Amino acid sequence: MNKGFMRVIFTVLIGLWSVTLLSDTEGVFDQYREMLGDDNPAIFVIFDGEEIWYAPAGPKSVSLEQCDLGLGPGVVEGAYAQLPRYFPDVDRVQDVEARLEYCMTQLQGLTTEQVRGKPYSLRGDLGTELEALVAWIADQSSGLAIAPGQAHAKERATYALGENLFYYRAGPHDFSCATCHEQTGRRIRLQALPNLTTHPGAAEAYSSWPAYRISQGIVRTMGWRMRDCMRQQRMPELIMGSQASVALQTYLAVNGAGASMAAPGLKR
Amino acid sequence: MMMKTIMQFLAFIIFSSAVCADEVYDVLLESMTDKNFVTVERLKQDELQAFCSQPRSASADEARAAELRAAALSDVPIPSDQNYLGDWQRGEKVASNGRGLQYSDDPEQENGGNCYACHQLDPAEVAYGNLGPSLSGYGARGQSIAMLQYTWTKLWNTHAYNICSHMPRFGAAGILTEQQLRDVMAFLFDPQSPVNRTQP
Repeated sequence: MNKGFMRVIFTVLIGLWSVTLLSDTEGVFDQYREMLGDDNPAIFVIFDGEEIWYAPAGPKSVSLEQCDLGLGPGVVEGAYAQLPRYFPDVDRVQDVEARLEYCMTQLQGLTTEQVRGKPYSLRGDLGTELEALVAWIADQSSGLAIAPGQAHAKERATYALGENLFYYRAGPHDFSCATCHEQTGRRIRLQALPNLTTHPGAAEAYSSWPAYRISQGIVRTMGWRMRDCMRQQRMPELIMGSQASVALQTYLAVNGAGASMAAPGLKR
Repeated sequence: MMMKTIMQFLAFIIFSSAVCADEVYDVLLESMTDKNFVTVERLKQDELQAFCSQPRSASADEARAAELRAAALSDVPIPSDQNYLGDWQRGEKVASNGRGLQYSDDPEQENGGNCYACHQLDPAEVAYGNLGPSLSGYGARGQSIAMLQYTWTKLWNTHAYNICSHMPRFGAAGILTEQQLRDVMAFLFDPQSPVNRTQP
């Protein structure tokens, strides 16, 4: 069966489903997850990501095959689980998005503005190339232990920075990440909130991103999740691959280290 | 000698924590961009936000906490017409509305209080959060002037009573107007308000 056609069917069905159930609760999403079993609509996005990885692109018309995600040029399997990590070639810690930006600018000749222009989908979009790439790369670490680098001094400094960012209160509402995510067993309205300062909470959250968001019909990345949390905190827009984005993800990855990656996950 | 060592140690602690806070701000400034009506101005902390951003115990400096608590309390205005209670039906809408001040929100619309995100209020509403305590039946806690003043103060600037509370400063930060706050007060206190109807 034609892959593109299947994907359209899937999107339409899920769209209809989510519209009818928009006001419903987490229990319905659980039912839906159960119904899907091991199937996750993200599979189509993963296929796309693999194609994009191998396709020549950019002014230099080269693929990403020589991109080094930390385990050597072209090694994708297991790479996501060991991010964020220190990269000697840039002398800083990068997450998957910052690293892809580096590869796209260095190997493919794209500008930073082009890569950062629209990294994440808006509602109603069918997905961006970055989202597809991240979905595929994360899928290549599925089942492996979260093991971000913490041997290098800059990796440890990034964790410490991430912790400070996590507790940084600002804006009209005085919110920080900690406002919602430093207690266990809490929820906003009906949405359960993981305690990201603990191992179980951070492991559950970190291992399941990127994730297919059923209500949006899109694969969302951990970088997008950070940006959207900042939006909800009434902060300005968080830049993809920025130092703050990388540091916050490092904080979560280290707190969740040892748990198995289970991304792309499936979320409401 | 001993004294000098202690002073040096204290200077180090103060200096290093100051550097740390500045570093976090600088990183945020470089990591974020203005979006719609929300600018990076918001990343700057006031004294209270800076004090309440310490990773572990925020109450380590008791003297400073008392100072900030007193400052918060002294800044709470009595409603200009001396009336604390507005319209509970309008207050109910404010409590349910979660919009306002996010860059995705329409700045022309009035802000919500989003009370249900964290508190139970009308016992018939099942979609309530639990980051804050349940306020169902709040009116039964008392209707005295002291109770009205206390609640008004909590809404205006929660830190006056509970330093480093997670709750926003709805009045002091200008999130809600005085009229909206009076309406929320009525939603909490009015015997006709669903907050105070008998539990099923």
